[in-house]
Amino acid sequence: MNGLLHGAVYGAVIASALLSVIAVGIWFERKFAGRMQSRLGPTMTGPVGLLQPVADVIKLLQKEDIVPRDADRHLFDLAPVLAVLCSLGTAAVIPFSPEVIASDLDVGVVYVLGIGGLMVIPTFMAGWASNNKFSLLGGMRAIAQSVSYGVPLVLAVLVPVTLSGTLSISGIVAWQSAHHWTAVWPVIPGLPAFVLFFMAMLAESNRIPFDIPEAESELVAGITTEYTGAKFTLFYMGEYVHTLVGSALGAALFFGGWDGPFRPGLHWMVAKTLLLFAVVYWVRWSLLRFRSDQLMDICWKWLTPIGVGLVLLAAAWVTFGGAG
Amino acid sequence: MELASATRGKIDPHLSIYAYEAEADLMLLHFGPQHPSTHGVFRMDLHLDGETVVKATPYIGYLHRAVEKLCEKLTYVQLTPIVDKNDYVAPMSNEQALNMAFEKLLGIEVPRRARWLRTLFAELQRVASHLIWLAAQTIDLGGALGGGSTLFLHCLRERELIMDLFEEVSGARFHYNTHTIGGNRHDLPAGWGERAKAAITQIEERIHEHEAMSLHNRIFIDRMKGVGILDGALALELGITGPVLRGSGVDHDLRRDAPYHAYDELEVNVAVETAGDCLARAKVRFREMRESLRIARCAIEGMPEGPICSYKPIRQPTGVKVTAGQAYAALESPRGELGTFVIGGGDTPTCPYRLKIRSPSLHSLSAIPYIMPGATVSDAVAILGSLDPIMGEVDR
Repeated sequence: MNGLLHGAVYGAVIASALLSVIAVGIWFERKFAGRMQSRLGPTMTGPVGLLQPVADVIKLLQKEDIVPRDADRHLFDLAPVLAVLCSLGTAAVIPFSPEVIASDLDVGVVYVLGIGGLMVIPTFMAGWASNNKFSLLGGMRAIAQSVSYGVPLVLAVLVPVTLSGTLSISGIVAWQSAHHWTAVWPVIPGLPAFVLFFMAMLAESNRIPFDIPEAESELVAGITTEYTGAKFTLFYMGEYVHTLVGSALGAALFFGGWDGPFRPGLHWMVAKTLLLFAVVYWVRWSLLRFRSDQLMDICWKWLTPIGVGLVLLAAAWVTFGGAG
Repeated sequence: MELASATRGKIDPHLSIYAYEAEADLMLLHFGPQHPSTHGVFRMDLHLDGETVVKATPYIGYLHRAVEKLCEKLTYVQLTPIVDKNDYVAPMSNEQALNMAFEKLLGIEVPRRARWLRTLFAELQRVASHLIWLAAQTIDLGGALGGGSTLFLHCLRERELIMDLFEEVSGARFHYNTHTIGGNRHDLPAGWGERAKAAITQIEERIHEHEAMSLHNRIFIDRMKGVGILDGALALELGITGPVLRGSGVDHDLRRDAPYHAYDELEVNVAVETAGDCLARAKVRFREMRESLRIARCAIEGMPEGPICSYKPIRQPTGVKVTAGQAYAALESPRGELGTFVIGGGDTPTCPYRLKIRSPSLHSLSAIPYIMPGATVSDAVAILGSLDPIMGEVDR
């Protein structure tokens, strides 16, 4: 009972914290993109435009809720809710510090991959239920992409799992701090595994250069073409949550989580997560988009073989005592 | 006869889709007219097998404004600001093409300084126009919420420098109305040449950055290389001109082959690429931007003194009268051969009897049925961007 209460309280706290961080994240992204593009970004809403996310959400919620006549009403309504649930659900097992964790599952890694992988279902649901050709194409692309990129994602995550010998995320973090992650861990094979993880994470959360299901210059808005108002907001939020949780997972699995060179604690995890989150936006506002088939090429011809190689390397490392 | 054979073996673009494959399970996608990447209002009917385009049919006319009819109702002097709006990315070229035809019709000699001014403006306009092409192309490839929009805004920043220069000359940032029959209306203000040269230097430096973000970018190359290959002979047969033709390996440029303005006095190096794909067209445009900046600098340095118009400024709209005759004049606009055919006379001697504008974008679009099949939806966007159509000019 105590565990349930702990889970409920911390789950609520973490979920609200994530959503608030996303509000600031949207402001940060707009400012950041503005500076990259030699403009100022939002300036009119509040001090240095800080209230821009509030204005965004108010604007979005005011919009008329349009459902296409021939849409599959139930699926259409369900998809955005599921999208947010799936992405928030993954946050449950992310350890932000030894205490701040909603549920310290023994198989946390499997849980994260499983729930994260479920994201493809609301995405395709939206693509199919909209009864729009652009949405359908977006949904098709989303399935191909998510299913393919699940493989390198799992392989990348298997590297820290193999090295540490545990499936619990806090166990992996503890193993990293015990093994001086700052010195030995990130180099071989941790760093390449992280790059692999990062690319797969971008693809899983539909971020440029892999935002092919959305591809607004090709598919208008892809899966979200027919969505308006609150439902569109949910999709929008779900995407941000997915990216943020992905960054947190990367920070926990590859960069020592709450551990740091001095005074370990929550602040390290937050700093690392936000740094990765910023890198996602740096990439997003610099790169162009791949084509669907090129995406598959990269996944199956490059990332997957490299991932297998890294897992083998990690296994050899463990077997021959490198990690001991 | 040789040209006719170029289309042999290609998929017939006018083939009925039902005849194409009886059991085909194809999806008809109306691509446009309200689509973020159709460069205005343009529609393609794409027949898709999965994501692969089997047949593409372009539909134009959504921006038709009856400009050619309007040209029969307005006087010769009133027409310059009207054609400004045709190719709304390169208004200078429109004005020049129109007035060149009128001058030919009237048999008027343009003073040497005016010819050099026109050359200078045309070349700067070409750079501005190609910058807009790059901006639109990258936004097609990278999306409005991503890297594409970053390059887009950087291109607009450079174009701003050119628009500032034009504003100093004509008072307008975009629809200049600075050319007239027999020459130009506005001379260069004092110190303009130095400011223009500074701007040219700045743009030259920044084009390196754009090149690094596009032509040297792995994703850009992957998306453009081998996509939308257009055969040179087919391009000639379709009447395609400009960078699209030169990207297909045909060495044709009116600036060198049929010199007008001051091009007989200036050297023009024509950029030609042989691959014929989107990347080749992109390379041609990049080389043209550099070349245009070089020509513009030469034109500033060699600018002769003298009158800028062979007339006194015409104040009356009815100041020009033509009783008979016809003329065709063409120039190399940023998109290709922009021609104006005009018949004078008719009931009102102050208005053209008939005026026909030959717009290069229209001919570029005619390649779509030939080069789209086999491409994916993503490629379709890249191909359309690389043809650089301006719908205001296509539909007129």
